[in-house]
Amino acid sequence: MTSLPTHTKKKLGLVIDLDTCVGCHACATNCKEWNTGGHSAPLPDYNPYGAEPDGVWFNRVHSFEVKRGDRPNLTINFPRSCLHCDNAECVTVCPTGASYKRSEDGIVLVNTDKCIGCKLCSWACPYGAREFDTDEGVMKKCTLCIDRIYNENLEPEDRQPACVLTCPTGARHFGDLNDPESDVSQLTAARHGRDLMPELGYKPTNKYLPPRARKVDSVDVGAPEELEPFKAEGFLGWLDNVLSK
Amino acid sequence: MHPAFSVIFFTTCSGAGYGLLAMMGILGAAGMLPADRWMGLAGLFFALTLVSVGLMASTFHLGRPERAWRALTQWRSSWLAREGVMAVMTYIPAGLLGLGWIWFEDTSGLWAVAGVVSAILAWLTVICTAMIYKSLRTIHQWHNDWTVPSYLLLSVMSGAVLMSLLTHLFGVINPYIQGLTVVTLALGWGLKTMYWSFNKRSKGLPTVNSAIGIDAAGDVSVLELPHTSANYLMKEMGFKVAQKHADKLRVISHLTGFALPLGFSALAMLVDGYAALACVVVAWGLCSLGIIVERWLFFAEAKHTVNLYYGASSV
Amino acid sequence: MNEVKKPSAILDDPNAADDNVDLSPSLGDEVKYTTCYMCACRCGIKVYLDDGKVRYIQGNRNHPVNGGVLCGKGSSGIMQHYSPARLSKPLKRVGERGSNEFVEIEWDEALQIASERLGNIRNTDPKKLAFFTGRDQSQALTGWWASQFGTPNYAAHGGFCSVNMAAGGLYTIGGAFWEFAEPDWHHAKYFMMFGVAEDHDSNPIKKGLGLLKQRGAKFVAVNPVRTGYGAIADEWVGIRPGTDGLFVMSLVHELLKSGNVDVEYLIRYTNSGWLVIDDEGAADHGLFARDIEGNPLCWDQDAEALANAKSGKVDRPALKGEFTLADGRKAVPSFEILAKRYLDAQYAPEQVAHVCGLKVADIKRIAAELAHVAFKETIEIDQEWTDWTGRKHDKMIGRPVAFHAMRGISAHSNGFHTCRMLHVLQVLLGSVEVPGGFRVKAPYPKHIPPGIKPAGKSGQVNPNTPLPGAPLGFPTGPEDLLVNADGTARRIDKAYSWEHPISSHGMMHMVIHNAWKGDPYKIDTLMMFMANMSWNSSMNTAGTIEMLTDKDEDGNYKIPNIIYSDAYFSEMVPYADLVLPDTTYLERHDCISLLDRPISNADGCADAIRYPVVEPDRDVRGFQSVLIDLGHRLGLPGLTNDDGTAKYPGGLADYMVNHERAPGVGMLGGWRGEQGDKPLKGEVNPNQLNKYIENQSFWQHEFAPDQRYFKMANKNYLDWSADMGLLPNGDPIIFQLYSEVFQKFRLAAEGHGDHNPPKADAERILKYFDPLPIWYQPFEEAMVDTKEYNLHALTQRPMHMYHSWGSQNTWLRQITGKNRMFIHQDVATKIGAVDEDWVWVSSHHARIRCQIKIVDGVNPNTIWTWNAIGKRRGAWNLDEDATEAKEGFLLNHLISELLPQQDDGYRYSNSDPITGQAAWFDLRVKIEKAEPSQYGESYPQFPVIEKFAQLPDTPNISRYGDSFRKKREGK
Repeated sequence: MTSLPTHTKKKLGLVIDLDTCVGCHACATNCKEWNTGGHSAPLPDYNPYGAEPDGVWFNRVHSFEVKRGDRPNLTINFPRSCLHCDNAECVTVCPTGASYKRSEDGIVLVNTDKCIGCKLCSWACPYGAREFDTDEGVMKKCTLCIDRIYNENLEPEDRQPACVLTCPTGARHFGDLNDPESDVSQLTAARHGRDLMPELGYKPTNKYLPPRARKVDSVDVGAPEELEPFKAEGFLGWLDNVLSK
Repeated sequence: MHPAFSVIFFTTCSGAGYGLLAMMGILGAAGMLPADRWMGLAGLFFALTLVSVGLMASTFHLGRPERAWRALTQWRSSWLAREGVMAVMTYIPAGLLGLGWIWFEDTSGLWAVAGVVSAILAWLTVICTAMIYKSLRTIHQWHNDWTVPSYLLLSVMSGAVLMSLLTHLFGVINPYIQGLTVVTLALGWGLKTMYWSFNKRSKGLPTVNSAIGIDAAGDVSVLELPHTSANYLMKEMGFKVAQKHADKLRVISHLTGFALPLGFSALAMLVDGYAALACVVVAWGLCSLGIIVERWLFFAEAKHTVNLYYGASSV
Repeated sequence: MNEVKKPSAILDDPNAADDNVDLSPSLGDEVKYTTCYMCACRCGIKVYLDDGKVRYIQGNRNHPVNGGVLCGKGSSGIMQHYSPARLSKPLKRVGERGSNEFVEIEWDEALQIASERLGNIRNTDPKKLAFFTGRDQSQALTGWWASQFGTPNYAAHGGFCSVNMAAGGLYTIGGAFWEFAEPDWHHAKYFMMFGVAEDHDSNPIKKGLGLLKQRGAKFVAVNPVRTGYGAIADEWVGIRPGTDGLFVMSLVHELLKSGNVDVEYLIRYTNSGWLVIDDEGAADHGLFARDIEGNPLCWDQDAEALANAKSGKVDRPALKGEFTLADGRKAVPSFEILAKRYLDAQYAPEQVAHVCGLKVADIKRIAAELAHVAFKETIEIDQEWTDWTGRKHDKMIGRPVAFHAMRGISAHSNGFHTCRMLHVLQVLLGSVEVPGGFRVKAPYPKHIPPGIKPAGKSGQVNPNTPLPGAPLGFPTGPEDLLVNADGTARRIDKAYSWEHPISSHGMMHMVIHNAWKGDPYKIDTLMMFMANMSWNSSMNTAGTIEMLTDKDEDGNYKIPNIIYSDAYFSEMVPYADLVLPDTTYLERHDCISLLDRPISNADGCADAIRYPVVEPDRDVRGFQSVLIDLGHRLGLPGLTNDDGTAKYPGGLADYMVNHERAPGVGMLGGWRGEQGDKPLKGEVNPNQLNKYIENQSFWQHEFAPDQRYFKMANKNYLDWSADMGLLPNGDPIIFQLYSEVFQKFRLAAEGHGDHNPPKADAERILKYFDPLPIWYQPFEEAMVDTKEYNLHALTQRPMHMYHSWGSQNTWLRQITGKNRMFIHQDVATKIGAVDEDWVWVSSHHARIRCQIKIVDGVNPNTIWTWNAIGKRRGAWNLDEDATEAKEGFLLNHLISELLPQQDDGYRYSNSDPITGQAAWFDLRVKIEKAEPSQYGESYPQFPVIEKFAQLPDTPNISRYGDSFRKKREGK
């Protein structure tokens, strides 16, 4: 099952706003807690209380600094998870068909009953979206909360990925990137959402919104560069002005 | 990339095995080797054992080896599946070749065809293996035009070195066969040298800027990693070898994988008897070691794009 | 774009995209709503349970605090609850303190031990019980309990946390930053944030910032460090620590110079027009001139006469000039004093910039931006409202500039004045309680300051007698201090003494030191709840550990008895004599009460409960219920019926419903009254708890649209507030820019009045009790050689950790299992260091060894690290070689609880002289590379805490959640 579908009805994915992420790790931990009991349960933790704890996570939050010369330097917080690529080579390299892309909505999943744990898919993913469960011997990854988005046990407003619902700043958005009228498509267009590593040709579905231009000049808020001292007689002359009205 | 012993063992062993099998097939079909059952047994046993041990090693590398049979199903898209299919298929003509050579002591006619088919399938299997790596766009050091020729040539070369040993053990002295060994060693060395030079100067397209969606003009550095102890990605794809260390290993590989075996193989053409045998034994021993080092470097010096998230500014 | 690929007959698998995923898996068999307690934010959570185990914790979208979101801490609650570091049973110490040798005992025995000991104390000298609580929000109960017991020696942790914020606000605008107020996220156009800690109000702030960014408001982050919130700020102002007050004064200077001040606002809502007596040497110099009824006077420019400033009838009081009082003396409007001060050239940007590490042009520009947005981008809400004078307004006019601040400016010895100055700035801009500005949350605004005075004066502490009031309060003059006739402190932490008169949250950071030293006196029992004092919650950690184990010549511990309650095996547990194991937040009752720290927002008041959503699987009890039980055993009147039976036999669940603090006023405001139909004030509703549980564990009351702004002067709001008992009456709350309270202390220091400080303290009072904000060099900085200790050192809380909590949580500790000292490239270059190098960092007090990481986004004269990541070997049931212990480190070791010795040999507390706020961020250090032989582990290391037998072995692998899937798949 590892040929890619010729086309998908929808392209469900995430739009992640790098101008609004404060690096709080809510998405990473909420994903962990949802998924450790969810579709791919468990997400084990090895040596959890020892010297080198490690575990399977589907979402990781990095922090970077960017020096930009004449523009202000930035601190960027960067959440990383599966981008459910259109040209998902993590699917095509899989020898067993465990890794597949749904034609219904474009979500890339792993069938852990078929996976032989060869890890080749994780080598094929440029973004490090897949983390191997050494305990179960199979690969696991973001499911775009396939067990939430259609789940009739949930209220409609809760049928979204856990990371999106939990993000405190509202930096994560979910929807159909194949529908130009969708919120995510419009947001991507308005904010010039980008692919990560587009030069590799994976055609990722998820989009990242770059930081907006920073308002650092007074003209950005319409203000003068400095305040003019009030020209009036005497101490607090402007008070006389105001109070004589 | 983390140089997993099982994978190194698999590719070097089976690469040598397929190389020897192909040699047996072609040279057997050409009548340049005696159709002697013991020679056939020794050569094919050696070749197929190397291949099988290598394949088994790679199976044990799996998380769920009991499901390994599934790996044959996705040949439509997966080079790993194709390799599996080819590997399985290669046993068929190889078996026939063996039947003819060992049982019937005949390498002509249909048995010759089996020989040639064995060689072709052996080479195709090696090419599939190489394509697994070449097709990964995430690793620039593999995703280039050197990878497939390299694997193939080194397989042929290892096979030739083994053939050299085999023929000398059986007292079959043929300057064309020994000459082939010398030539493949020289070509292999040349190709590998050019690959290593390519590696030194060529970088992958992605940078940390494109990896995180930031304008190319920014100078990006890591502030905090997402976790303070290594995770699967760092262990599997974040392996780093110090430049000094790698260069030392490369020298060892140059010497033991190519230069010295070349020397000894050439020398074997100038001496005879036990001296020649000693030469080819030494050549084989050194070459095996050198190819293991070469393969180790092939993995260790591979820089996966995920490293861009973990501190690398380029790969 | 989605290209349609043509399928190839051979190479494409038509069945590729089929699967049989269960799209509607079960989420478990129960859903319960309660309140998170992974930090002090108190978000509402929805807990999914399966077979009694926690399947998933989600933010409750209906909850007023978080509206559905949940941060990294809240999302990790599962691993907090199931942590192997949890205590299981009461423990009695049998070895030496620190040896971690305990025996498990039953609760009855534990409570017997505690009640006997405390009973003796209560019978003889109640102040010998020092009861201090750490990271809890049960002050409404614990403070009342202490009062019932009769000991003045009580506080929560505010003194070492952020009392400067609270007091700075409560003495100026009747509300404060912290959880007591919030920026108007929906309308603000310019937002300035000074050093905000992640844990206080974290999710509302994150939500608010998301909204601000969406709305295109400008966000300025003033912080020596550029992480977290600062990452998404438009402008990062990398200020030098401890100089924020000066920066704000310079902004005010620019505003005053250019006339960009909301005069009408000042007239209507502040004491700007109140006349200040100018009579040097007199007993009332610098106080407000008052009429016979005690009303402050102003000069009515229209009537050209003195008038009652609070009558509401003076439209144009003078804000400058000199006027003659009835007795012939001169008086000056307080605004003139304020303006004169900050117009002085010393506050010009040119003078201030280099001290703050800022550019002159930037200070001027920011002042211009503030003025522009406040005065040229005013907003109007079409909403009628009536002010307290009865005057109707047809619109609500807003100056859409908002500010927020927290520990960054608070944790300095000059923090109180800095906080007050920030409020002054806000008020001059007319941006407090207006649309787009800064809005308080119910039960605030309160009178300035709230009318409670601390109890514990001479004659008020007696055996078997409750205190006449609460142990904490808000002094407004020297007569309110808790001092003896000779001027010495009456409290063990010396709060409310001449050393720290307005220490309204107590001074928890001084308790252990003072108890050990016996200064001002020895105590018998130190009882603490959730306070890791022998580790990250103390300054001078090594010293503190020594004090806890120090013995006198007779071989008795100098602090004779320590009772400690905690849920986890923290570094403090080994130093307790009696350990009372607490529950986790999923297993307990709690009330987040309007009598305490509210979860209200600016548009309504709210409170919440916790109730057990999971049954404890071990012999633990919620500390508050234990306290109630203990109180009954001690016979505390408020907890004991006349016949000796317990008033609240059901523990906290009983108390929070049935206890009335005043008639009709209880811990919870929702569904009061016998029918459950009286919000906020009404008789006890025995069914109240069920109503909360039915309503997702919270209650809220929304204000009418005309009540939502200008609350300090809003008639409808003030009347309602008085009716509900939130305010004593419907009088307006008039902002106090010039604060008379401080002048009173100054006058006392000059010798006036009946209550005077000892000579040694008088100089401090004279200097620091300025009725208007001042800026001075932080004490430690002024007292050490700043050429040698050339760097500032700070900590910051990671967004996913809360104090020391997080290392017992396998998910959170994977994110941060060790810390580094972050330093600027210039600092690194100077000492020749690269990333991961080991360095020594030294202060006047001690030194530590740690590893560095070079960063760009930090003030070049500042180094910093994450707070509380370093752990002690063996604690928290972590492996001995855990990186938290081996490489992790605390900055605390470098900070002394005492200032360097002054000339007379005395060492004041390392705190703000007004509030006693612990001055954590005054720290000055130097840095140098360590020798290679010293690499490998952080310094100091402490002896390993031997794991006691009662803790479980930790697993090699955790597969939490596996059971849920197996159940779904029928395995």
